[in-house]
Amino acid sequence: MRIVVTAKYVPDIATERGFQDRRVVRNAGEGTLNELDENAVEAALRLVEAERASGAIGPDEGEVVVVTMAAPDGDVALRKAFQLGVDRGIRVSDDALAGSDYFGTAAVLAAAVRKLGEESPVDLVVTGMAALDGLGSVVPTLLGAELGLPTLNLAKKVELAPADGAGRVLTITREIDDVTEQLSAPLPAVLSVTDTANQPRFPGFKLIMAARTKEIEVWSPADLGLDTGVAGAVGARTETLAAVPRPERAEPEIVTDKGEGGVALADYLIRNDLV
Amino acid sequence: MTNRTVLVLLDPATEIRSSVLELLTIARGLGRVEAVALEAPTVEVLAELGRYGIETVHQAELSRAGSCVSGDERHLPAVVAAALAAAVRLTDADVVLLPTSFVAKEAAALVAHSLGAGLVIDAASVREQDGRVVAGKQVFAGAWDTECAVTTDVAVVTVRANSAVAQPAAAAVEPVTEGYAVEVAPTPVTLVSREVKADTSGRPPLDQAAIVVAGGRGTDGDFGPVEDLADALGAAVGASRDAAFEGWWDTYVGQTGVTVAPRVYIGAGISGAPHHRGGMQASQVIVAVNSDPEAPIFEICDFAVVGQLADVLPQAAAEIRKHRG
Repeated sequence: MRIVVTAKYVPDIATERGFQDRRVVRNAGEGTLNELDENAVEAALRLVEAERASGAIGPDEGEVVVVTMAAPDGDVALRKAFQLGVDRGIRVSDDALAGSDYFGTAAVLAAAVRKLGEESPVDLVVTGMAALDGLGSVVPTLLGAELGLPTLNLAKKVELAPADGAGRVLTITREIDDVTEQLSAPLPAVLSVTDTANQPRFPGFKLIMAARTKEIEVWSPADLGLDTGVAGAVGARTETLAAVPRPERAEPEIVTDKGEGGVALADYLIRNDLV
Repeated sequence: MTNRTVLVLLDPATEIRSSVLELLTIARGLGRVEAVALEAPTVEVLAELGRYGIETVHQAELSRAGSCVSGDERHLPAVVAAALAAAVRLTDADVVLLPTSFVAKEAAALVAHSLGAGLVIDAASVREQDGRVVAGKQVFAGAWDTECAVTTDVAVVTVRANSAVAQPAAAAVEPVTEGYAVEVAPTPVTLVSREVKADTSGRPPLDQAAIVVAGGRGTDGDFGPVEDLADALGAAVGASRDAAFEGWWDTYVGQTGVTVAPRVYIGAGISGAPHHRGGMQASQVIVAVNSDPEAPIFEICDFAVVGQLADVLPQAAAEIRKHRG
């Protein structure tokens, strides 16, 4: 069971995020592994662990590889993934990849998955439901389209049917937009999981120590057989014309409830024509 | 006005949600608007489309490997995408507009991929500038405004609810429904089951309501006061992720839940963690009710009451009912 998790290194959402020269500021030291990718790592680890527990694979078989497209400070994200227990981490880097749009990102990640597939077959690609900086939620879909693999998105529940001689079937349950659906597809497939799919594990002490020095493989677009024109600002299908901070809201009107708090609230809504 | 054709996704075609009326209004500012449906539009829907200036509805006749694609399968993103892509090819459209639900985003990504089109997700405005489609978007939990131009011939844009005031066209027209063939590629994905949650509350849908009242940890499981105020206001009811994870309410407002941008957002017993703020910070007016004056939500609100929501909300609801008479 060989699973690739694609992850993103994003500006820490607890910090002041912003733009400079119409590009997102991605400062070394102020980024984290995208929190929603922790759910993806957790889902991948649980699938491998379940395979081992059922005897479908041996105790030393099965592998989770995390791939990210990032500048060198993106190693922080990979080290966090190591702390959670992934087996291998790969960073795809090149200055020309900066400013990639959804399509460029998906093309690069897909090329990395293909390259890993050349070593030995990849059974599943798992992603988080969105990156908390862009919040597009579309790269998983584009990854599936690039790879020509069935894509099961926004899973709350993930079930892998036991092997029965034919291929393995993955079934997900998702609850989105007031609709509950169960969808299934044979492996290999692309899967995205929501933040409700699982509770990511806490890093183990031994893993934290080992994560500090574990090797991170660095690949270039050329290693992936990619023309850099496919990604980066050059390949992007959109162009940011302006990025301006929104004016901060004026100081709020704050009332302490001394028995008339509800009246004050209603009054505020009424006098501002909001009712 | 250019010769541009703008396609707007109409799914379902048996009712028109307010977010779609907003899309139609925005689309009229870009060119000639035509709708794409996956089923026959009802008479009422056609009348409403006519009021909004839509002359043509393209109704997809979906088939896959010789058989009809029907029922729930039609709403799967890959099918929606196939219908939209075929409609673009048929009409030579330059712009495709969809609402910003998760399913629509998935369909938008697939259409854009198959057409080599540019894609903007969650736009708050869409206009034309120097011959290009430019989308306005609020990012980083509403802290930044960005303007994004699509550099390809075709633009696919998903648009947030509550981004425009829906406005009928100056003159109503009589829409014509035209069927067109769509061949959907075979897929190994199987839809095993699908259940639509019936909303029997009579309240507006959370993602489109003009007013939202949301409850968090501070409700301690009792959403009575939240629902009471919501009903006095004709508002939708939401929750924080914490409250939803506790099982106190089923849909939550947040980056990974429902993103809202209503006229008024009232957060009761919600501290305002970044995850939650990301889902509501674009609201026009933010009101907070919390017993903790240090709650982060106070930093982004316009009006706040420091107090117990179980006292404040019912009192507010009563006052509002009195006012409305």
